[in-house]
Amino acid sequence: MDGNIFTLQDFMFFTKAITYLVIVAALIAFPAFWLFLTDRDE
Amino acid sequence: MSDTKATTGGSLFTPFNMVAGLILLVGGAITVLRFTGGLGAVTNLSDYNPWGLWIGFDLLVGVALAAGGYVTSAACYIFGLKRFHSAVRPAILTGFLGYALVVFALHYDVGRPWRLPYPFIVQPGTTSVLFEVGACVALYLTVLFVEYSTAPLEWLGFKRARNLVVKLTLVLTIFGVVLSTLHQSSLGALYLIAPSKLHPLWYSSYLPVYFFISSIIAGMSMVIFEGTMSHKYFHDKMDEAHLKEADGVVLGFGKAAAFLLFGYFVIKLVGLAVDNNWHHLATGWGLWFLVEMLGFVLLPCYLYAVGTRDKNIKMIRRTSLIAVLGIVLNRLNISLVAFNYHLPSSERYFPHWMEIAISLFIVTIGVLVFRFVVTRMPILYEHPDYKDAH
Repeated sequence: MDGNIFTLQDFMFFTKAITYLVIVAALIAFPAFWLFLTDRDE
Repeated sequence: MSDTKATTGGSLFTPFNMVAGLILLVGGAITVLRFTGGLGAVTNLSDYNPWGLWIGFDLLVGVALAAGGYVTSAACYIFGLKRFHSAVRPAILTGFLGYALVVFALHYDVGRPWRLPYPFIVQPGTTSVLFEVGACVALYLTVLFVEYSTAPLEWLGFKRARNLVVKLTLVLTIFGVVLSTLHQSSLGALYLIAPSKLHPLWYSSYLPVYFFISSIIAGMSMVIFEGTMSHKYFHDKMDEAHLKEADGVVLGFGKAAAFLLFGYFVIKLVGLAVDNNWHHLATGWGLWFLVEMLGFVLLPCYLYAVGTRDKNIKMIRRTSLIAVLGIVLNRLNISLVAFNYHLPSSERYFPHWMEIAISLFIVTIGVLVFRFVVTRMPILYEHPDYKDAH
């Protein structure tokens, strides 16, 4: 992908897209991890 | 410290005391050498590397590991988690000693101790991040001293002064949280000025956030670790309440640290994504970065989580050591290992043995003072005159 980055617009588009994907994955992972942490709590 | 004799007035010539005494002797001699011969006599510092081990370890690691004071007192007094009350005094003591030794260690690096108040009365330099760090550390050290003073006041029998300080607890806690938020993050902000010197995998515009979040993890892990050591060596000093609450503190802080480590890992990933640094992961530096991220962030996160789920106190206690080492590694990576990464190896910094000896000397002073205080003052137990007074 780096070879396709020519402008600041390209860079921002690429990095923002990946960041959004990371955040979406995190939003799914956080509750799952919380459930893993707490599901044996009384 | 392997036997309790040393803490209860037994023989002075225990293995621990003899090793500590030797370290103090060597440290004292190097101290004389440093303040008479200058930095060049005892350090490998240079114009390329003006900040060495004394800043990387004594200051950055010291401040991060002393975060247990504000984390524990905030949990207890601001969030109302009174089940952590027995952990507050040891955490405050650790924090106070940590910050006091940070300031003490700074003298070795800066020199001319009589100029310590200069930033406040001669040349403020209020636009400098260092000024903010200096001001916050000075104020927070004062706050910690006042918070800690309840123990010696109870020990000495100064009831009125002690009751006055206790009335200030909430205000001091709020001050502590505000000041810690400011300077823990500002220590990361110090490195924002050097984007070309710090390796891209460690450099990020989010460095202040990383430093602050990791300081909370460091504080919690340090409270668990310090509790483990206290249980091993000062068990006889603990009262029933302390012993009863100890497992709850470990489980509660272990759970919080697991969740925070997970969040910390995610924001580190965001930092990689925002700066498009993925390609660096396939290099030698990337491998070292992954050791830090997988071995000292994700691994303790998982172990804390499993330990909390299984109520496995021993596992959480052991994990706290990995987390503490992870903080040490992170701060050393940023300040020493990945700093000036582009320089040829002949110009790279490696601490002089006397720098390492001084760091060891300062840690030893901390351990000795901690032992002195804990064996005499009501830190791990409640003073009989103030039972249930909180």
